[in-house]
Amino acid sequence: MFLINCPYCGERDQSEFSAGGEAHIIRPKQPTELSDDQWAEFLFMRKNIKGVQLERWNHAHGCRKWFNMVRDTSNDKIHAVYKMGEKPPIK
Amino acid sequence: MKNKYSIFSLIKNAFSYHENWQRAWRDPEPKKEYEAIIIGGGGHGLATAYYLAKKHNMKNIAVLEKGWIGGGNTGRNTTIIRSNYLWDASAGLYDHALKIWEGLSQELNYNVMFSQRGVMNLAHNLQDVRDLKRRTHANRLNGIDAVWLNTNEVKKFCPIINTSPNIRYPVLGGTLQRRAGTARHDAVAWGYARGADSMGVDIIQNCEVKGIKRNGDSVEGIETTKGFIKTKKIGVVAAGHSSVIAKMVDLKLPLESKPLQALVSEPVKPIIDTVVMSNAVHAYVSQSDKGELVIGAGTDAYVSYTQRGSHDVVEGTLKAILELYPIFSRMKMLRQWGGIVDICPDASPIISKTHIKGLYFNCGWGTGGFKATPGSGDLFAHTIANNEPHKLNADFNINRFVSGDLVDEHGAAAVAH
Repeated sequence: MFLINCPYCGERDQSEFSAGGEAHIIRPKQPTELSDDQWAEFLFMRKNIKGVQLERWNHAHGCRKWFNMVRDTSNDKIHAVYKMGEKPPIK
Repeated sequence: MKNKYSIFSLIKNAFSYHENWQRAWRDPEPKKEYEAIIIGGGGHGLATAYYLAKKHNMKNIAVLEKGWIGGGNTGRNTTIIRSNYLWDASAGLYDHALKIWEGLSQELNYNVMFSQRGVMNLAHNLQDVRDLKRRTHANRLNGIDAVWLNTNEVKKFCPIINTSPNIRYPVLGGTLQRRAGTARHDAVAWGYARGADSMGVDIIQNCEVKGIKRNGDSVEGIETTKGFIKTKKIGVVAAGHSSVIAKMVDLKLPLESKPLQALVSEPVKPIIDTVVMSNAVHAYVSQSDKGELVIGAGTDAYVSYTQRGSHDVVEGTLKAILELYPIFSRMKMLRQWGGIVDICPDASPIISKTHIKGLYFNCGWGTGGFKATPGSGDLFAHTIANNEPHKLNADFNINRFVSGDLVDEHGAAAVAH
């Protein structure tokens, strides 16, 4: 359990947010040209990092806006929060 | 062979105040080379080593464990064993395990305290009723015992459940698998460790894997905190840390590791003699032999390796428990903990070889791996020894995420299908 600094609303309890999984997975631009392996990679394969990971979150019980987060999954420390479309501040 | 545990050994050791029991397994240093190495000394890993030695005559093998054996999810689960899964592939897998459970204490000469006290799954809305009835029929077609109980029968089977029609999620019935139940989780790890060790398997604790050495597309050995160990076959059974091991060979897995929580209450006199699980409100409860209520909560929605979990998840579970069992309202919870579970998108495990020769993965058990421990070890040992899956785990290969032939079984924690 932790506090999340929503870029729109400020610091709120984590229970107000929904986790959206790994960030920056780009939806294929040419879906008809994708092989089964590429589809599996896009749909199912995840980095699942133990350490610093980039992920998407949604302030579901607040402003309902999506944003990105840099979080260390080994200790749940949040290093940075940044808006959708912005470049990750570290890494 | 070690001394056999029996009533006679118990009496004999009582005379020396139980100070002369021999140790249950050795504490060896790693050899330079093994025929096969299992990464992960939990129940599944130790069972794999046990069956490799017993059924496939591979004696020169080692189990590497980063911490102590059974200290991960094997010692953190709610010990529920059942096989009432919907799909044929899952039913085959989990009932194979249940059949081994039924003779396991005798086979291992170690009391795993397997107790077939029954597992009841409750239905709280019309869709639950339809789903659970369908599952009962599917189970019976697969030879798995399952019956449907109406509300009165549920009340009769477990009288402390609140079956009032006026609660938020009223009990509309439930399914019962009488062969299901619980076992003592630590004893399972210890029993398999003792059995494997007595056949010559080296169980090496406090030995963390740092890297996997490859030569072209086959494995050559493992870099560990206790030095380099040569081997041609590696079985990875690292549960929540499977992705960490996979990264060492640049393999990506369809897994997300999340904390799953459980908690126990203060011990009380016997009050619930079965296991009751509830899909819709996500709460399940049983009572340990010590008298504690053992309560399983849900997973957090985000990836984390912290073995903690969020407070709101526990709160939600206890709310559901209190509505279903008002009798527990004054009880105090003693301990709460989390384990890191590796969840596949279809909530079914992976027991599979990989594109790297000699590298095998047994992972993705998510929230429901304990019940499968003996079957998982048996089938994974078969896969490693023959370099081919057994017919019972053929569907649980890693390529199903490419072919699309998923085993969509969101029943691992009795979460609604």
